[in-house]
Amino acid sequence: MTRVLIMLAMLLGFSPAAQAQDLQNLLQTHAEEVASPGRRTVGVVLDDLAASGIPQVATFLEQWQEKSVWQGPEGLFFIAAEEGDTLNLTDIDSGVQSTAPAAGFTQLKPNGGVRRVIGTALVQFQLMDPDLTRRTTAVASIARRPEASQLAPLLASIDGESDAALKARKIQLANFLSASFADDPTDRIAAITSLSTDVSVEARAVLNQILTTSTGIATQLPSDANIAQVLTPGAEISLDAAYALLVEDDLAAPITTAEEIKSALAANIVDGRVGDVPVVQLNTTDNRAYAYAQLAEAGTAPALVTTADRDAALADYVFFEIYDEDDATITTAAKTALASVETRVAVGQTADLTLDALSLASIYFLAAIGLAITFGVMGVINMAHGEFIMMGAYTGYVVQLFVPSYTASIIIALPLAFAVTFGAGVAMERLVIRHLYHRPLETLLATFGISIALQQLAKNIFGTQARPLTSPAWLDGALVFNDVVQISYIRIAIFVLAVIFLFLILFVLKRTRLGLEVRAVTQNPGMAASMGINPDRINMLTFGLGSGIAGIAGVAIGLYAKVTSEMGADYIVQSFMTVVVGGVGNVWGTLAGASLIGFLQKGIEWLNPSNTLAAQTYMILFIILFIQFRPKGIVALKGRAAAD
Amino acid sequence: MTNSFLMRNPSTLWFLLGLSLFTIVVTALSDAGVGVMSTSFVKTLGKTLCLCLIAVAMDVVWGYCGILSLGHFAFFGIGGYAVGMWLMYARTEGIVLDSFASQTIPPTPQEVTDAIGNQIFGVVGSSEFPAIWAFSDSLILQLLLVVLVPGLLALLFGWLAFRSRVTGVYLSILTQAMTLALALYLFQNDSGLRGNNGLSGLQNIPGFEDTPQSTISLAFFYASALAVALGYVLFAWITSGKMGSVIKAIRDNESRVRFLGYHVESYKLFVFTITAVVAAIAGALYYPQAGIINPAEIAPIASIYLAVWVAIGGRGRLYGAVIGAAFVSLLSSWFTGGGAPAIPLGFYTVQWTDWWLVLLGLSFVAVTLYAPKGIGGLFDYLVRKPS
Repeated sequence: MTRVLIMLAMLLGFSPAAQAQDLQNLLQTHAEEVASPGRRTVGVVLDDLAASGIPQVATFLEQWQEKSVWQGPEGLFFIAAEEGDTLNLTDIDSGVQSTAPAAGFTQLKPNGGVRRVIGTALVQFQLMDPDLTRRTTAVASIARRPEASQLAPLLASIDGESDAALKARKIQLANFLSASFADDPTDRIAAITSLSTDVSVEARAVLNQILTTSTGIATQLPSDANIAQVLTPGAEISLDAAYALLVEDDLAAPITTAEEIKSALAANIVDGRVGDVPVVQLNTTDNRAYAYAQLAEAGTAPALVTTADRDAALADYVFFEIYDEDDATITTAAKTALASVETRVAVGQTADLTLDALSLASIYFLAAIGLAITFGVMGVINMAHGEFIMMGAYTGYVVQLFVPSYTASIIIALPLAFAVTFGAGVAMERLVIRHLYHRPLETLLATFGISIALQQLAKNIFGTQARPLTSPAWLDGALVFNDVVQISYIRIAIFVLAVIFLFLILFVLKRTRLGLEVRAVTQNPGMAASMGINPDRINMLTFGLGSGIAGIAGVAIGLYAKVTSEMGADYIVQSFMTVVVGGVGNVWGTLAGASLIGFLQKGIEWLNPSNTLAAQTYMILFIILFIQFRPKGIVALKGRAAAD
Repeated sequence: MTNSFLMRNPSTLWFLLGLSLFTIVVTALSDAGVGVMSTSFVKTLGKTLCLCLIAVAMDVVWGYCGILSLGHFAFFGIGGYAVGMWLMYARTEGIVLDSFASQTIPPTPQEVTDAIGNQIFGVVGSSEFPAIWAFSDSLILQLLLVVLVPGLLALLFGWLAFRSRVTGVYLSILTQAMTLALALYLFQNDSGLRGNNGLSGLQNIPGFEDTPQSTISLAFFYASALAVALGYVLFAWITSGKMGSVIKAIRDNESRVRFLGYHVESYKLFVFTITAVVAAIAGALYYPQAGIINPAEIAPIASIYLAVWVAIGGRGRLYGAVIGAAFVSLLSSWFTGGGAPAIPLGFYTVQWTDWWLVLLGLSFVAVTLYAPKGIGGLFDYLVRKPS
């Protein structure tokens, strides 16, 4: 009490200019409560501070909460940082810095409960803080740990919000809070209903939070409770689970397990017998039960509880799930809202799945189109196609070793990969395949030999561990539509690349001299040759083109998967499927095949998300069956071109 | 009749003679004789014989009938799995019964089954016996399955494929897809065949726990040699005579044979199925010697290697397939096992474990290009030259 008098004296003596709007003054009027606050008493102080409208209040509250406010020997409050024996003081009103010996100052250490109250009070200041980042932080902290008390300050801050995005976020958050905490049920229901169009994970969490249930057991269904569902043992809840609940509540004894019977029997063997059953006969369940019953009767073992006892006990009780929320109108509204949200989520997931499938299809298309050209145009199976893909990916990796900029390295790698694999393809055509035309099965085997040699060669050069092919920073991240639908930029880039190549190849085949000659050789090499086209040269170029595209596909695939010597082998079978399903000798066919396989694989994965291996198995089985009914693929050539 | 058939095919007689000599030499060198040959090498030879058997089957289906199947190792694997199931079940049953014998209370049949299930499927987080293990307690039924499952699978697959006239490279891709699908399926943990763990401990034959491995390996070697001999004679008989002519004609010009009134599909289906069954028998003999089978064994690459063996050995002649399989697989294990000496080049040392596949791949290309008849073609050369 003397202290208060001294302080009052000081106030009068030292700060004659202090105005009523001075924070220090205001604090001094509550000096006792500020210096040693209690959870209940601090409310008055906070209300006064909030009402004062002094701009420094928010900073002061933050520092107070952080235990950085010290009280000087004269009773004045300072924001202070301890440094050895001295304190660096900051005046709470003017912000003037000074130092003073620590002796004589007392640190204010509000307890946890008080700090929490301060924190809640702080929110309203932070929400209206002129600094945008601080407002954003405050909103994020509310989103992390929503509390009923935050609703009012949040609502109050919405009108004054200048930033449009943050305002929208505040409105959304206010909706979440009122759905959970508003006092008036009509307000809650209105908020809940407004959530029915929000597919964000947060909104679903809010609704699920309202709909949490707990399991109850009673002899009769309570009439006044907000019951979510009656659980019939054997239907909604398994018999064992229901009985376990009874056992947990000490309403029944646990079923005697086979293990318990066995150990009880083993513990009570007398002269090679248990009761009147010889031990050797205890090898059936019935005999064991019979012997155990004797033990139970004699009192040496607890009574036998069988499944029949379990069923009888279950019949005496009803099991139900009861909402933690008492008001049925609110749970009904939440249920309706959640159902509508889930419908929207399902639509979103379908869209997301479609995007995934599209990107997978474009990868298959890129991997297969080169194969389709060589297979379709020349009738040559190139088992080393996968290794050309790998070669392209390693080209990208090597370029990145020399070119530090990722963007530049990709721009260099794409044409370089094309050049390298084009060269490799032409060399292979000249050295091997040229000699094996009209022996397609042997081309398959010879190119397979090249494939294993190339694969091992890559292993010898680059090692067995996966090498990274890093995408430029602008391809990082994902295009996010909402919490359900999103797609990574790299997949979009691959999709764009696939589309570019689709049109490029169509252009080359349909609009250029080379394409004309290629098509002529495809349809009738002899006639083409007599028209002055050199089939040899065309075959070589076609093979080079197909291989070059494989190289580019390799760079694209390497960007999102790791580069290993086996990466080609992972795609070769899928690429063959794509070509065969689509129909040979037709770019559109390959596109159709890639789409079919991409969508099919994603679809099956969606039906059975835990098991991608099963998805691949079923997909291959489907393709095997598909070939039975359309042996020439989706887009079959007709007429003379189709002749073997 | 067999007599006259053998008279018309002297190469078969020569082959049988060679095989018998080989068996006698191996017996003499093994522990049963002078004992200079290790048990593991006897096993390697036994396994090689099984590979020769499937290579002969592959030669018939590809070299004679012109169907380049890239899926015959799937049948080989199924045969191995079928036998492996019994081996694993019977051995685990023995272990489980032993452990129960020390307990005071005798086990119920259900407890025994549960304990076996736990032992076998614990590794994939299960203890239930899947439905496909229904016959695993009976050797005879499992041996029947060795023949029936691959036979029916080949019959169904072949019927679907040949009926819709899927030929050439399409058929090759399709058979490759089949073996890939099977391998992927078996890789799953809930396939009921222990996922990628596969079946293991198959070298321990139930009922012969006290017999030394050297004796067991020799027994399997004999069994494999007998199987190769029988398989060889069977296929030599099929590919000779009128039926052999039709089969070879299908290879050379399928349409013409069809126009001549032969039911091409039936012939192809027969060849495809019977070779699948023989492949499965080879697998059933191979895996007890290998000791372990897992889905990686039936990955598409294995079947392609099979085609490589046959091509290097020489297609269209049965002994070629045997030579190719024996030569390439033994050479391959010599090179990859570190048996071949490294070649120092000064700036670089060629380690054959790294470079063997490169060499194999390139020599395979060379064989395809310059010696389409393979090593077997050399025999033709030697036989015909003096005349």
